[in-house]
Amino acid sequence: MKILVCISNVPDTTSKINFTDNDTKFDTAGVQFVINPNDEFGLTRAMWFKEKQSATVHIATVGEASVEPTMRKALAIGADEAIRVNAIPTDGFFVAQQLANIAKEGAYDLIIAGRESIDYNGGMVPGIMASLLDINFVNTCISLDVDGTSATALREIDGGKEKIATSLPLIIGGQKGLVEESDLRIPNMRGIMMARQKKLTVIEPIDALNATQDTKFTKPAAKGAVKLASSVDELVTLLHNEAKVI
Amino acid sequence: MSVLVYTESENGKFKKNAFEVASYAAEVAKQMGTTATAVSFNATENESLGTYGISKVLNISNDTLKTFNAKAYANSIHQAVEKEGAKVIILSSSTDTKYLAPLLAGYLKAGYVPNVVAAPESTSPFTVKRTAFSNKGFAFSEISTDVKIIGVSNNSFGIHENGTTAAVEAFDAAVSDADFATKSVEIDKVVGKATIADADIVVSAGRGMKGPENWGMIEELAEVLGAATACSKPVSDLGWRPHGEHVGQTGKPVASNLYIAIGISGAIQHLAGVSSSKVKVVINSDPEAPFFKAADYGIVGDAFEVVPQLIEKLKEFKAQNA
Ligand SMILES: Cc1cc2nc3c(=O)[nH]c(=O)nc-3n(C[C@H](O)[C@H](O)[C@H](O)COP(=O)(O)OP(=O)(O)OC[C@H]3O[C@@H](n4cnc5c(N)ncnc54)[C@H](O)[C@@H]3O)c2cc1C
Ligand SMILES: Nc1ncnc2c1ncn2[C@@H]1O[C@H](COP(=O)(O)O)[C@@H](O)[C@H]1O
Repeated sequence: MKILVCISNVPDTTSKINFTDNDTKFDTAGVQFVINPNDEFGLTRAMWFKEKQSATVHIATVGEASVEPTMRKALAIGADEAIRVNAIPTDGFFVAQQLANIAKEGAYDLIIAGRESIDYNGGMVPGIMASLLDINFVNTCISLDVDGTSATALREIDGGKEKIATSLPLIIGGQKGLVEESDLRIPNMRGIMMARQKKLTVIEPIDALNATQDTKFTKPAAKGAVKLASSVDELVTLLHNEAKVI
Repeated sequence: MSVLVYTESENGKFKKNAFEVASYAAEVAKQMGTTATAVSFNATENESLGTYGISKVLNISNDTLKTFNAKAYANSIHQAVEKEGAKVIILSSSTDTKYLAPLLAGYLKAGYVPNVVAAPESTSPFTVKRTAFSNKGFAFSEISTDVKIIGVSNNSFGIHENGTTAAVEAFDAAVSDADFATKSVEIDKVVGKATIADADIVVSAGRGMKGPENWGMIEELAEVLGAATACSKPVSDLGWRPHGEHVGQTGKPVASNLYIAIGISGAIQHLAGVSSSKVKVVINSDPEAPFFKAADYGIVGDAFEVVPQLIEKLKEFKAQNA
């Protein structure tokens, strides 16, 4: 089984979010970048397929050279090879077309992406890829098993879970649940050394549609101070009379 | 050239988000000088959408579409878009709709902007305001494609009455076996209980509750309020509560009217996922807990004392206001 894991390079979850260039760009100064958490769950599940079902695992990222440390980290965790599309990933449609092109050329059986990237929260790249490639797609995927060309997945739905039967080739939008938090791997020294030798191919983007553009950013308005109630009676009164939520 | 909106239903009944997206579609239609058409699947009270400004409903009645299937639904909506010649499509932010939205975007070569929180800033160029960076910022996104898809954030635009009469038409969308190559085989869903996605009130608890055996009071509080229950990430990682209850940046987003956080410290990743809730109440024994800085109301105190008192008080309050 050939697996492609799509890795997006995002600000660490603790990052302070600021904007620059007259509020038209995300300010990366002092920001630590990491593998998108949803992709890390997917990559870890891919490692399971590699170890238990002899899968080969490639990763792909659309981004400039500055994303390579994050890609090397994925290689250190155990991916076999990496492909970088040398372009700034500003639009989900554009990114999906680049990745779909890689997926097609490489004839991957399984494509693992995340439910959403935690930076721009598009939640669209795997779904658009599925429609461009016309292959099966399971979103908010919280469990995945593959047997030959059959696949069984669990998907999170509002208020519960749904079991889905499908087949390869398949693309998923994964999230926590694909593996447990405790299964996540911190690269060890040997992994880091080996990652330096692994193949990282850089390709130029194909012509593609740029469907959207962020023209300006703002931050949420500053919050007023909390009102502390000295008793539950007072709290209930405030919620009823002032906040009008009960 | 109407605006098309997908109004979601469950067992024939429209979900609350259907009325919100219908209201949003009516507003966009007004801005563009056109009308809003809804597409629904096996819904029974289609006329009711007129109340929210929808002038036409294309209702698809098809037993094979009783259970949600992203591809079959996306293909059907695609056909409705073509029939209406719609240029703007309005969707909700439910889990199912976020599953079909990118498929539809792919079929239509349409720019899709999710998590939109307000009516368009302008329709030419087409610019909408949406949340980004897990609610730590907003982006103004311009869509440049001919067909545009907007995903409206839950509980952001609100439900607005805008009385028109809706003409209901049966619409026969073609579905094929290929649409069901991903097949639902089993659904495991809590019935009769508010879900985190739909609830007006969410009661959430964290590691401060000490252990799963203490969740009885959390569930009781939720029941008194008609609320959904949720939890912080470590609580689900520890197996105290199911993963589906984990809210925050890497869990489910919460956009309720009231969010009550009990024994949750207020880590940045937790706040990121719940900050769209309108009113936030914190119960925490540590006055320095970061959540107090992000909350509207709070009680500094031991949850094991405060929560039972709150349940009693709310029961009294309910009895008086019933
Ligand atoms: C990549 C990444 C992603 C993450 N994503 C998420 C996410 O999506 N959602 C999320 O929730 N977390 C997330 N986290 C974890 C987050 O950083 C915090 O560790 C977590 O939110 C803390 O959970 P907690 O508040 O329940 O526990 P704690 O931080 O242990 O806080 C417990 C709180 O309970 C209070 N308390 C103790 N006893 C009592 C009592 N008797 N009565 C009242 N209060 C009491 C304490 O004062 C304390 O404030 C993420 C972390 C990382 C690294
Ligand atoms: N620039 C990128 N390079 C590689 N994969 C990406 C990129 N952007 C998004 N993805 C993948 O698509 C998923 C959803 O991202 P998004 O649609 O941006 O929310 C991510 O979890 C990644 O798996």
